[in-house]
Amino acid sequence: MVAAHPRALSPDLMALRVLRELQPGMVVNLGLGIPTLIADLLPPDSGILLHAENGILGYGPFPRAGEEDPDVINPGGAMVTLRPGASIFDSAESFALVRGGHVDVAVLGALQVSAAGDLANWMVPARGIGGIGGAMDLVAGARRVIAVMTHTTREGAPKILQRCTYPLTGRGVVDLIVTDLAVIAVTPAGLELREVAPGVTAAEVQARTEPPLLIAADLAEMRF
Amino acid sequence: MDKLYPSADAAVADIPDGATIMIGGFVGVGAPWDLIFALVRHGARNLTCIQTATRVEMAPLIEAGLVRKMITSFPGYASADKTSAFEERYKAGEIDLELVPQGTLAERIRAAGAGIPAFYTPTGVGTIVAEGKPTAWFDGREYLLERWLPADYALIRAYRADRLGNLVYRRSARNFNRVMATAARITIVQADEIVEPGAIDPDQVHTPAVYVHRIVQGSGHTPPLPGAQ
Repeated sequence: MVAAHPRALSPDLMALRVLRELQPGMVVNLGLGIPTLIADLLPPDSGILLHAENGILGYGPFPRAGEEDPDVINPGGAMVTLRPGASIFDSAESFALVRGGHVDVAVLGALQVSAAGDLANWMVPARGIGGIGGAMDLVAGARRVIAVMTHTTREGAPKILQRCTYPLTGRGVVDLIVTDLAVIAVTPAGLELREVAPGVTAAEVQARTEPPLLIAADLAEMRF
Repeated sequence: MDKLYPSADAAVADIPDGATIMIGGFVGVGAPWDLIFALVRHGARNLTCIQTATRVEMAPLIEAGLVRKMITSFPGYASADKTSAFEERYKAGEIDLELVPQGTLAERIRAAGAGIPAFYTPTGVGTIVAEGKPTAWFDGREYLLERWLPADYALIRAYRADRLGNLVYRRSARNFNRVMATAARITIVQADEIVEPGAIDPDQVHTPAVYVHRIVQGSGHTPPLPGAQ
């Protein structure tokens, strides 16, 4: 256990960092939690299509007063808006397009990520029975998976582990981990520390990470 | 054949104890509330219910003690320190759970409606949902064998229906409603509006009438959502 880092990033800054991974033309699915914040950060001309597994391609930010449509929700149940060019489909087609490899990036909250890129994000055994929702389908089908989470638990325990101790969402599925302290890539050689949050050192990240980190030759400070 | 029923109560009156029932809707959007509350009043017991989550559409049926088994992708809360009606009864051993990833749930229902008894999917390989299921490798990747999921009844919600049963859904209320309509022996629709045949452009039909057996004029009533965020 290591004390919380005083320079840990806010959820909004983590979301902004993830945004830099997204390019015009991409189809992106945002999971519950921190990833949801990204929908409101996307500029209208981003060229990014947001996929909601409940059957929307091309949704936009939360509605302003007077714009609400109760039949237009994101997978968390919050009302969102439809961008010009949006399309609607049923749940079977929505997941067919996920499994079929038509989603470029899935940004998912995480409870634990292993050195091999295993993801656990649907159940904390001590807290109840959890819920898979669409997470297993998204990690199986999306071309790239970005896991977003605080680097450690509230108690200061690492969430990046040699092996996940919670039930898995998928095996070897995570490509990039964005935390409140660092950006870490899952590579065939192991976990590679690519960026640190401003004011955070590589040694401080390693102290809060169970597996040994490879340090990228061009280790950089996170930008937003 | 006129599929119009005089009330939601009449449309669900023959559902027997032990039936398997699919229920459309996603966090209350596209939920067939009139049919759900009619089923509560009807009181058939020991039901096996198929719904993508347990805390909104399922709450009235679970709280009434009518559900014996739940086939779902989201039985509880992922991280919050909260419990639901389902979770309490599951922990008490009163309800069985079959946990299914949401996309696999949709595809198992689709397969049932399309006459495909089983299929291979990449979803869930290496996780607890793979336990006890055959796997096979295709083109260098491992896949799980999953079976179809038919039901006795589907309770669904449409925005517009014609008297033959052609349906149109609105926005993300389509969700599981469209695919569930295909996979039940008897599909019962609560429609916000019922129109004459021909009033829906054939190009705009989302669910062809062949899948629909009973139609009820919906009240438009939405209860306060149980456990809504």
